[in-house]
Amino acid sequence: MSDIPENAPEHCPGTQSEDAGKASACQGCPSQAICSSLPKGPDPAIAEVSKKLGCVKHKIIILSGKGGVGKSTFTAHLAHGLASDEEQQVAVLDVDICGPSLPKIFGVEGEQVHNSGSGWSPVYVNDNLSVMSVGFLLSGPDEAVIWRGPKKNGLIKQFLKDVDWGDVDFLVIDTPPGTSDEHISVVQYLSEANVDGAVIITTPQEISLIDVRKEISFCRKVNLPIIGIVENMSGFVCPKCKTESQIFPPTTGGGEQLSKDTGIPLLGRLPLDPRIGKCCDEGKSYLTEVPDSPATQVFVDIIDKIKTHCSKSRSQRESDTGEAMDQS
Amino acid sequence: MDAPMTDHLSTVRHVILVLSGKGGVGKSTVATQIALGLKHAGKKVGLLDVDLCGPSIPKMFNLEGSDVHQCPEGWLPVYMDKEQTLGIMSIAFLIENTDDAVVWRGPKKNAMIKQFLSDVVWRDIDYLIIDTPPGTSDEHITVIESLKSYCPDGALLVTTPQGVAVGDVRREMTFCRKTGIPILGIIENMSGFVCPCCGEITNVFSKGGGESLAQQSHVPFLGCIPLDPMLAASLEEGKDFMEHYTQSPTFAALDNVIQRLIAVDKDF
Ligand SMILES: Nc1ncnc2c1ncn2[C@@H]1O[C@H](COP(=O)(O)OP(=O)(O)OP(=O)(O)O)[C@@H](O)[C@H]1O
Ligand SMILES: Nc1ncnc2c1ncn2[C@@H]1O[C@H](COP(=O)(O)OP(=O)(O)O)[C@@H](O)[C@H]1O
Ligand SMILES: [Mg+2]
Ligand SMILES: [Mg+2]
Repeated sequence: MSDIPENAPEHCPGTQSEDAGKASACQGCPSQAICSSLPKGPDPAIAEVSKKLGCVKHKIIILSGKGGVGKSTFTAHLAHGLASDEEQQVAVLDVDICGPSLPKIFGVEGEQVHNSGSGWSPVYVNDNLSVMSVGFLLSGPDEAVIWRGPKKNGLIKQFLKDVDWGDVDFLVIDTPPGTSDEHISVVQYLSEANVDGAVIITTPQEISLIDVRKEISFCRKVNLPIIGIVENMSGFVCPKCKTESQIFPPTTGGGEQLSKDTGIPLLGRLPLDPRIGKCCDEGKSYLTEVPDSPATQVFVDIIDKIKTHCSKSRSQRESDTGEAMDQS
Repeated sequence: MDAPMTDHLSTVRHVILVLSGKGGVGKSTVATQIALGLKHAGKKVGLLDVDLCGPSIPKMFNLEGSDVHQCPEGWLPVYMDKEQTLGIMSIAFLIENTDDAVVWRGPKKNAMIKQFLSDVVWRDIDYLIIDTPPGTSDEHITVIESLKSYCPDGALLVTTPQGVAVGDVRREMTFCRKTGIPILGIIENMSGFVCPCCGEITNVFSKGGGESLAQQSHVPFLGCIPLDPMLAASLEEGKDFMEHYTQSPTFAALDNVIQRLIAVDKDF
């Protein structure tokens, strides 16, 4: 990413440069004060985060440019699926600061976390599944987080470096829609922490794909590997007559065409099933509530593919660096 | 950018924001349909899209790829009709390649929004509808701060019926109260899907969440808009739903909201 803003004056030295705010081109630029006051060079938090997360084997980020496509739903079910193996420790971090949904979806709404000397301890959904969300820091369901970017970034940094996850096999990170503060911050803070990759969620219609393509170019810009695309809400089967309707029509070919155009694998297509929404509202896992459904089968397939990707990317990392198992 | 010579917003009679804490609930859908409905009712309308990372409005009008023109007074919106009764401004008109991401942090987004609010030449419109991204952050704070002195009519809150969405909209209501923006009412979108084959109604995203939230918090409830594949298809094609589907229950629900907005105007 270039650090020269588009509206910058000619000869802008770049916001990360030693000369930021001090060069002659900076005279009269509205950002001069900000540029000259900010610390330069890589944020020391990047090293702290990668040290802290050194005991996390795999890190997966769930993204979508579009809102309401099922990022949090997928995050929760991926976590439930991974945690169905009792040997695995799974952690979930919610960086949707203004719209935290995970406390409700995991059925732990109203729980509180405390910031002790050694950091924050997350809320445990099961013995091997823990969650951290801004939702646990609010006084009630009506409290709004009316924060501009820098404050959101501060909290994300704290979440990444101060939560005591313990030894964890998978850390799944849920994000808000878009390509702004939260996304830039997460990617920056994790830039040296060996993220396995991102899973991109979309719905089939072009209105959603427009935003999702932007998210893919964001990932490419910041060198975040993409594990694959999940198409959610693909078709609805009427419970009475069994006819399938395309409520959100794939007018430009949906996730499948997107996968062809970008060369990113399509991990699977999840149907619209009202019971998924109901399970989320009730804080239950659809995978165990409705184990025999077509959607559960798709979830399980997708989760398997993600696991395979993660073990490959780990062995790749090890052979690249020649490092041993416990060092990554 | 120099300060504009004229205060374009002062010529706008009504400013209405479309808000929701939740993503994908249909803010842009409601904003476009209301703009179209008001236009069909003979009003002059402006539609401003302040969703900078995920602008959907141009696609919904089939205006992708249109360019914004500069005139001495400022930026001219893109009009959907020859008569220039519905003008649209969106960041999508300013980006060359639609696949490019707008990777901006708050301050840059704020500067862009301020420029949209000060530099777009709306020319005596009756309504300015502002479509927003989800959340209660930079875009929202900036829009509301910049609009304070123009006394906007208020905000339409859009939700879908299920608990996960209603939870976010509760927080959005707190935002409205804290920032002093009146809540015009709550719209429950995507409630009830009618199977085109057998007529069976399925509540794909549950039912009633928006209505009970409105009751609990003593805000007007403006109605339920069904989950309608024809609406989704119209938006995909950029076709005018409010013109082509006047017999559908979805039209009736949207028209009800529009009539209420117009009725408020008559009271003055
Ligand atoms: N396949 C599906 N079938 C039925 N309902 C679904 C499906 N996927 C998601 N949902 C429901 O759709 C709603 C939106 O999902 P979710 O909250 O996970 O989206 P999101 O992308 O995290 O939204 P936001 O952008 O606001 O964070 C939820 O109520 C969820 O339960
Ligand atoms: N009542 C409805 N029936 C069918 N599809 C809808 C309805 N409301 C919205 N949609 C579709 O849902 C998707 C998300 O809506 P959008 O307006 O883009 O949400 P937001 O602006 O809140 O992110 C769009 O593809 C839109 O066409
Ligand atoms: Mg979410
Ligand atoms: Mg929108």
